[in-house]
Amino acid sequence: MNIVVCVKQVPDTATERKLNAKDNTLDRDAADGVINELCEYAVEEALKIKEAHGGEVTVLTMGPAKATDTIRKALAMGADKAVHLVDDALHGSDALSTSYALAQTLKKIGFDLVILGSESTDARTGVLAAMLAERLGAPQLTLARKVEIDGSSITIERLTDYGFDRVQASLPAVVSVVEKINEPRYPSFKGIMAAKKKPVQTLGIADAEIDAAQVGLSGAWSEVADFAVAPPRAAGTIVKDEGDGGAKAAEFLASKKFI
Amino acid sequence: MAEILVLVEHVDGEVKKVTLELLTLARSLGSPSAVWAGPGYSEAAKARLAEYGADKIYVAGAQDIADHVVAPKAELLARLVSSASPAAVLVAATAEGKEVAGRLAIKTDSGVLTDAVGLSDGLVAEQSIFGGGVNVKSKVVKGTPIVAVRPNSTAPEASAGAAAEEQVEVELSDAAKAARVVERVAQDKGARPELTEAAIVVSGGRGVGSAENFAIIEKLADALGAAVGASRAATDAGWYPHQFQVGQTGKTVSPQLYIAAGISGAIQHRAGMQTAKTIVAINKDPEAPIFELADFGIVGDLHQIVPNLTEEVQKRK
Repeated sequence: MNIVVCVKQVPDTATERKLNAKDNTLDRDAADGVINELCEYAVEEALKIKEAHGGEVTVLTMGPAKATDTIRKALAMGADKAVHLVDDALHGSDALSTSYALAQTLKKIGFDLVILGSESTDARTGVLAAMLAERLGAPQLTLARKVEIDGSSITIERLTDYGFDRVQASLPAVVSVVEKINEPRYPSFKGIMAAKKKPVQTLGIADAEIDAAQVGLSGAWSEVADFAVAPPRAAGTIVKDEGDGGAKAAEFLASKKFI
Repeated sequence: MAEILVLVEHVDGEVKKVTLELLTLARSLGSPSAVWAGPGYSEAAKARLAEYGADKIYVAGAQDIADHVVAPKAELLARLVSSASPAAVLVAATAEGKEVAGRLAIKTDSGVLTDAVGLSDGLVAEQSIFGGGVNVKSKVVKGTPIVAVRPNSTAPEASAGAAAEEQVEVELSDAAKAARVVERVAQDKGARPELTEAAIVVSGGRGVGSAENFAIIEKLADALGAAVGASRAATDAGWYPHQFQVGQTGKTVSPQLYIAAGISGAIQHRAGMQTAKTIVAINKDPEAPIFELADFGIVGDLHQIVPNLTEEVQKRK
């Protein structure tokens, strides 16, 4: 089975994240780039499926040159090879542009199964898997907390507000996973060493037949017009519980008309 | 006035609060048309939508629409976008709502904005990103603006609408039917409001100590008519079901009031609750970062404070 995992490099949430005042896009130099956490769960799930059903795991990322660190992490976990879509023309792409560029690349490299994390910690749009399914005409099996494959049939448990839905489709399909699905493995020393020798194919937009007019800042369907750092929350009242903490909290809630 | 489509969220035939918020917001921008997708439409539902200003209600009641993941709703909306040429489409910024918006954006070659907390003239959306650290104003520059609006961003206000009904038949494409829901499994959550749309959320974390102890969190939530949330530490420990996890890899909530009990306030958690209007924190560690966010903080043992608070709330009811 040809499994492609889409991964994204994001700014570390433990550091200060910024937008670039010049063009209102993510400032990738302001913070350390790390693999998006949910992408690790996607890689783990791909590796598990490969271990159970055979095949090959390809990591696909769209991002600047320094996103190779993220590719290496996924390869060190056990993915077989990687495709890095990198082109200056992609800078500033929104969700629609990104889904278009990734869909074009996926059509080029082929897949039986595409796996993504359900959202990224930077944009948090949560739309990419649905968009890829739409663009690829493939079944959408998103927000999976469990994935089962039987021949060409795939069944997931889709997390919902009331519990979960069991959803079934035929391969090829697009799957997104939530954090509950597994426990991502740590790359072993051997894995880290092996990752250095694994093939990474670099593609530009022309290689993937991506129309420049539909990507980047100028091709995007939406734009950030303006932004401002949120004012810090005003310091609140902190009291020590002297047996009356509950009563004091109730007074506060009453003063705000919550009770 | 320009027509604004609002996708109705409904459970067991009942219109969810977020839809009333969206209708209220849509009224400030144009003439709201509610779009009902799937079975369950009734006179009661119609009355509710009319009460909050729906000038028109498109009803597509086919079972098919609910039996497949997201795609049929996007097809229905795409059809209405093409026939009604609305000024915008609003959906709730729930996990499913955002997925509908994403697919609709591609079908109609339109831009999409997710997690809007406000929407003003010219359809400029306000968004709060990086866990509430940065406020941005953004807009759609191609196609029909599709905006996923976060629950609790607008106070619902009643204002009668004409509620002219129009039945819509949709012939779903094979692609839309590709992922089939074969079973729905409800897990116990009692009568509590849904987490992402609750006006009040009471969350427990590591400090709660055990699954059994979550009963005191639930009691406080029930006294306040609130939803229960949990930190990742609590769900990882198996003390509370995963779908109630608030945080970076869980749900984002934006309630009027958020009460964090026994939660230290790690970035993972803050990313999911930082935009709550009022935050109350209970923690025995005075250095816990959650206190930096709290409008009111109590340093002490939640096992004493939470039951006392519950009692006080019940007394004042």
